[in-house]
Amino acid sequence: MATQKNRLKSGGRIDRNKPLTFFFNDQPYQGYEGDTLASALIANGVDVIGRSFKYGRPRGIMTAGADEPNAIMQLGATEATQIPNVRATQQELYAGLHCRPTSGWPSVDFDVMGLIGQFFGRMLPPGFYYKTFMFPESFWELYEKFIRKAAGFGRSPRERDPDIYDHMNQHTDVLVVGAGPAGLSAALSAARAGARVILADENAEFGGSLLSCRETVNGEPAHQWVKQAVEELEQNENVLLLPKSTVNGYHDHNFLTIHQRLADHIADKAPEGKARQRMHRVRAKWVVLATGAHERPLVFGNNDIPGCMLASSVSTYIRQYGVIPGRNLVLMTTNDHAYRTAFDWQDTGRKVIAIVDTRQNPTGPYIDEAKNRGIQVITGSAVIQAEGGKRVDGAMIAPISADGDKVTGEGTVLTCDTIATSGGWSPVVHLSCHTGSRPVWRSDIHGFVPGETVQKQLIAGAISGNYSLSGCLKDGADIGLLAAANAGHSTDGLAVAKLKVDELAEGEAMALYSIPHSKPNSRAPKQFVDYQNDVTAAGIELATREGFESIEHVKRYTAMGFGTDQGKLGNINGMAITAKSLNKTIPQTGTTVFRPNYTPVTFGAIAGRHCRDLFDPKRYTAMHEWHVENGAKFEDVGQWKRPWYYPKPGETMQDALNRECKATRDSVGVLDASTLGKIDIQGKDAREFISRIYTNAWAKLAVGKCRYGLMCGEDGMVFDDGVTSCLGENHFLMTTTSGGAARVLEWLELYHQTEWPELEVYMTSVTDHWATMSIAGPNSRKLLAELTDDIDLDKEAFKFMDWRQGTVAGVPARVFRISFTGELSYEINVPAHFGMHVWKKLFEHGAKYNLTPYGTETMHVLRAEKGFIIVGQDTDGSVHPYDLGMSWCVAETKPYSFVGKRGMKREDCVRVDRKQMVGLKTKDPRKVIPEGSQAVDNPNQPIPMTMLGHVTSSYYSACLGHSIAMGLVRNGLNRMGETVYYPQADGSVIEAEICSPIFLDPKGERQNV
Amino acid sequence: MFYIYCPYCKEHREEEEFHAKGQAHIARPADPDACTDEEWGEYLYFRKNPRGLHHEMWVHATGCRKFFNVTRDTQTYEIKEVYKMGERPSIVAQDQNPTAAKQA
Repeated sequence: MATQKNRLKSGGRIDRNKPLTFFFNDQPYQGYEGDTLASALIANGVDVIGRSFKYGRPRGIMTAGADEPNAIMQLGATEATQIPNVRATQQELYAGLHCRPTSGWPSVDFDVMGLIGQFFGRMLPPGFYYKTFMFPESFWELYEKFIRKAAGFGRSPRERDPDIYDHMNQHTDVLVVGAGPAGLSAALSAARAGARVILADENAEFGGSLLSCRETVNGEPAHQWVKQAVEELEQNENVLLLPKSTVNGYHDHNFLTIHQRLADHIADKAPEGKARQRMHRVRAKWVVLATGAHERPLVFGNNDIPGCMLASSVSTYIRQYGVIPGRNLVLMTTNDHAYRTAFDWQDTGRKVIAIVDTRQNPTGPYIDEAKNRGIQVITGSAVIQAEGGKRVDGAMIAPISADGDKVTGEGTVLTCDTIATSGGWSPVVHLSCHTGSRPVWRSDIHGFVPGETVQKQLIAGAISGNYSLSGCLKDGADIGLLAAANAGHSTDGLAVAKLKVDELAEGEAMALYSIPHSKPNSRAPKQFVDYQNDVTAAGIELATREGFESIEHVKRYTAMGFGTDQGKLGNINGMAITAKSLNKTIPQTGTTVFRPNYTPVTFGAIAGRHCRDLFDPKRYTAMHEWHVENGAKFEDVGQWKRPWYYPKPGETMQDALNRECKATRDSVGVLDASTLGKIDIQGKDAREFISRIYTNAWAKLAVGKCRYGLMCGEDGMVFDDGVTSCLGENHFLMTTTSGGAARVLEWLELYHQTEWPELEVYMTSVTDHWATMSIAGPNSRKLLAELTDDIDLDKEAFKFMDWRQGTVAGVPARVFRISFTGELSYEINVPAHFGMHVWKKLFEHGAKYNLTPYGTETMHVLRAEKGFIIVGQDTDGSVHPYDLGMSWCVAETKPYSFVGKRGMKREDCVRVDRKQMVGLKTKDPRKVIPEGSQAVDNPNQPIPMTMLGHVTSSYYSACLGHSIAMGLVRNGLNRMGETVYYPQADGSVIEAEICSPIFLDPKGERQNV
Repeated sequence: MFYIYCPYCKEHREEEEFHAKGQAHIARPADPDACTDEEWGEYLYFRKNPRGLHHEMWVHATGCRKFFNVTRDTQTYEIKEVYKMGERPSIVAQDQNPTAAKQA
């Protein structure tokens, strides 16, 4: 096992007594508890952690946080626990961690794309996908597969995720995002004012820059103050502390999502019974963004060679993790702040070769201290290119002009293995952008800060350009009080305690983003702007030369900011380069904005518990267990599980259907029809209301009678159907399609509440209250007679389309003599909790009649034999009652212009050649036309053929001994007896004769016995 | 996700409890049969798509099942006011015809 050659003997917030073994590319390494994966890799001297996306160049760790573009890992020891796109800089180390780079196939050390990049470097300009691989267009699929595999970016697991994930809804007065100096101060003062506070931070430990800064607070190391602050917050019951929690999205009306990693620091799988991650869905009265700032790297030649790092990250590794990324440092900076990196480096006993300051004459305490420490400060100069292959071995420096525009002298090479750079800081404005706010440029800090917003949002600390530690602490405390006050808490008498911070005053920074080279950028070594997408300064310049002027277009053409790092590192530099090559200022060029999520979120956390059995509610009828025990196959209808058919051992589906159909027509069958929507409608205007909603007449429907009704939209198209029964003069029971119940109820409410509030009518869903069983067939009356003694079943006393109240199998029941099969049929409704009892009684008495349970498929066949439509199968929102041949169901003379009446009269609706519902009889009686088949008149017509309509329902009818179908055919009602053709995908053609859709018992004699 | 005040429940609830029902104040013509095809088509299909203030109807679908109106800014997604069915909005865009709001 490799030794931790870059581990410091002391310092940092790691526990050297707790070594942890982990695996990178299957090689074992050791780190310590408190490490991130990145700090452990650096400790072990691992320089190359991946290959770049386009050119396949070796890449190393650049940063220490969410802005990391290179160290993107695939995590997981097993197939099921694979996690793509994990930033090594944010992953806490645990024992047994397995990781490999997401980029760099086939290996980190040898790379196909690297070879392609070397040979065809000139062929890979920005937009190269568009330019190169789009031709011929049909080859794109081929190219894409290869490119994606070669470029990496991780893969999803092929096995089911063994973990569980949570969602939690939160309400709070103040949500503070970020627990650095500003965020901690804000949370403290808001909590002291009595506000309910949530404080969330993406890191394992609260404190942000305080954990690694050189300053002291009140004379003590800054992390001491963090400890006190966290202790105070922990003791306040109004405060929820969320470490390891990234606020990933800022949505409308102060709704924020927080992705909390509960167990990712333990293993790649959470302990048994524990959630691995949790998504907090927070509704905050006020939000304080204290997200800080990201340091900007400087853009220079070969700035991606491993060993090139962000200055502040180098300090973080040294001070927080006790690791040092190299031996000899060259620091390039445009500002004073980064000098501290050289001091931190030197404090470990390793050598600072030089501080290369791009400013001509920097002065002040930082420069003085560097000189006192004996560090060489080279001013008015810059590192114009890094030297080296898989690791920096030198920095070529050269003098540059005062405006940073050009190199003014010869370059000299300084031997070093690390080049740290700082081009200043960019406020982390991502969250403020999520709600549509555009950031605004502040030239005094050379950065964008959050712009105007309609959200109840405040900003504190570095995000507002306030970069000094004392400034962040004070700003945070003030803003925390303001947030509490805004949320309705009194802040009287709450003074902000002044903290004593010893800090050096910083001089003015230079606005410099891209370092010039002695050669033009297009000929200089590659100067990377966006590392993850291999976007270079020359590439951006080329894009602007090719006419891309809008920053949004430049972004899309070059793919700048497209990676999982979302441009955190390179965006501002890219905009600066764009602006410069367009001869504009940065604010003129503008900025792209960011959308959720701030960092990648696992699908598990998004789904939470809404997966597997809890993905969608399942609805079962009262007789469900019986269906299961009797071998039913089930079909999903809306959320309902409905018996589809009941195969006996050895039966095919068609065998079962044939048997169920015949048993019903010959004797008696029973269907569980409980899922039909049932709406109870009451009130003195109920009848009038129903008349306005349905297309047919309801004025004369007497108590005890039932009627079929069609419901249309205002466009005249059929929208639902069902039987409505008159239970009392002011009381009706409406049934709807199983899937349409909720939609119909909302439709009724819409008309009642918005159009006819003057009607006194009340509606409620009673679908689940009743168990419904429909017995059908010539013996159904005899069967029912055995189970009731208080309902007169005489055919004259209880007619077709009547309903009766009574007792069935000893329980109260409503019996409706209605039929969806064309047979003598009774629909028995009993309170749902009696459903199973009555169902079993039916079978006790039904055995002698061969009572046969049938499912939805047999129901479909039986109704199709009668030409009864199923709304949603035979209709599709473009079919009105006349198209269905159902003019008998439209009462045009009703006094009120019912819903749909006017729509049916539109010019297009009264055309005679509309697609109309007809029956179809195949020439070959055994042939069943596939549903969806298109009708044509001439099957020999070249494609595209003229299509006349399609088959909506098609079955084999065992009772009739031939196939039957229903379908829409243009002008079909006037084409009875004519032949149409149904060409199939396999080239065959099915011939069918247009006929009446009523295939069986056209006079309705079977149901009227 | 919106945070919507239901004027009937008199509480703020999450958007998940509501369904958006499109533009508000589209009254069904009193005598549909007297409408020309064009007038009926206008009523059926034509809707505003303003950048800015929009009066729209929502229903508290998994709550009280009541329909109500919302004045919302389609750019910022701010809900400016919520009012019951049959009431008129108090916040109206400058260029909007105020008589349009009379129906409902």
